[in-house]
Amino acid sequence: MCMKINFEHKQAAHCENGVTSALLHNIGVNQITEPLAFGIGSGLFFVYIPLLKINKGPAIAFRTMPGLIFKRTCNSLKIPVVRKKFSSNEKSLEFLHQRLNEGQPVGAQVGVFNLSYFPKEYRFHFNAHNLIIYGKEEDNYLISDPVMEYPTTLTSYELERVRFAKGPLAPKGQLYYPEKKGFITNEIIQKAIVSGIKRNVRDMLHIPGNFAGVKGIAFTGKKIKKWRDKLGVKTAGLYLAQLVRMQEEIGTGGGGFRYIYGAFLQESFQYHPKQDELLNISGQFTKAGDLWRNAAIQASGIYKGRISEQQDFDIMGDYLIEISNIEKEAFKALSNIKWNK
Amino acid sequence: MTKEEVPQDNSSLSNISREVSYATDKDGKYTTALSKGWDVKSSALDLVWKETIEKAAECRQKVLNNQASPLLFFMEIKMMDISLLSSYTGFWKWRIKRHLIPSVFNKLSQKKLQRYADAFNVTIADLKSMNVHED
Repeated sequence: MCMKINFEHKQAAHCENGVTSALLHNIGVNQITEPLAFGIGSGLFFVYIPLLKINKGPAIAFRTMPGLIFKRTCNSLKIPVVRKKFSSNEKSLEFLHQRLNEGQPVGAQVGVFNLSYFPKEYRFHFNAHNLIIYGKEEDNYLISDPVMEYPTTLTSYELERVRFAKGPLAPKGQLYYPEKKGFITNEIIQKAIVSGIKRNVRDMLHIPGNFAGVKGIAFTGKKIKKWRDKLGVKTAGLYLAQLVRMQEEIGTGGGGFRYIYGAFLQESFQYHPKQDELLNISGQFTKAGDLWRNAAIQASGIYKGRISEQQDFDIMGDYLIEISNIEKEAFKALSNIKWNK
Repeated sequence: MTKEEVPQDNSSLSNISREVSYATDKDGKYTTALSKGWDVKSSALDLVWKETIEKAAECRQKVLNNQASPLLFFMEIKMMDISLLSSYTGFWKWRIKRHLIPSVFNKLSQKKLQRYADAFNVTIADLKSMNVHED
């Protein structure tokens, strides 16, 4: 069997933004760049769940739940989405091949661990990676993985393994794509931007509890100051390495997605030219991103064994407390924007 | 981060792909730039990987000392806990705990061994001899 769809691979920082943007592009919706997909989908987040462990380290995330960015962006643009889970590989292949024959590239949720084209250091059991399948040549599926510079391939066996990876967020062979739709007007995008920002304000400022949103960042900063005594220098170092990994992992665009969000606010200004504030607030997110990067450098001093005193952990914790304040002010400023100018 | 500040440190990914970073130009306008990697990040990844290798070496020794079955070694090197291994193999968790005992493991049928071998993506022979082909 041989089928290949004429599909343009577009590299992005983050997989889900990239898949969203590329699949929309494919149905003729060309305006949705990666930052717009991320912002309209209210992608920015922070959460630290102390009781949950991932890879024996702390469970920390800098973005919203996997799947939400695609769903929210398509919803806001009023584009219907087809999404299917499967009980068996055979059934899913029947569906997949049908779509490919019709010329429809398909998004797939996959596990990272068995992705053969990733270096081994990058592998872990994370099941919410996204890629696009756009054809098949003999036993190889043609893959557009948005985080990669060039398109790649997976054998049918390799693809089955990653699509039916097990564990938390198991993809269950999930396939999805947006359905064709008429022209998306600027007015729809303007509205989608406003609702995306409002929802992100809610998630970062008003989420209950201490673990998440801007409060969660300060909470984590305070915890970090206690890690040295509580865990010992070695384990505390591994915890910090995990934090940096989640923050700077391939796909974040740097600074725990804060830079992408800054880019989103600048692009939003193009659609809302009366809102000068957006540019200033974008600058605040750039500053937050820079501080996250500085914090990562401080953390690396600890996990490389160069520094290990309590005061080094205090400096690290204080970075997060400062970041929490900056992001709080930035989101407050966003919530104060009068959109009906 | 300005475009000039986007780090270009060699990392395990650089041979395979560069990655997209968001950075500002001289007017403060956002743009993208490709990065070869960042030492701060790759050292975090290396550290976690090194830790896994060390733990796996300890587990290998335990298996050689007949204190555990090879499953212990593979769980470590493949970063699987019992519940994840249970999802992959379909064995109940308590059964996997029993299969971690060398004398029980040694009596497992080929069919059961194959389920573990599939989960770890190795052959049965490699499963028994703790042979991994890491590329």
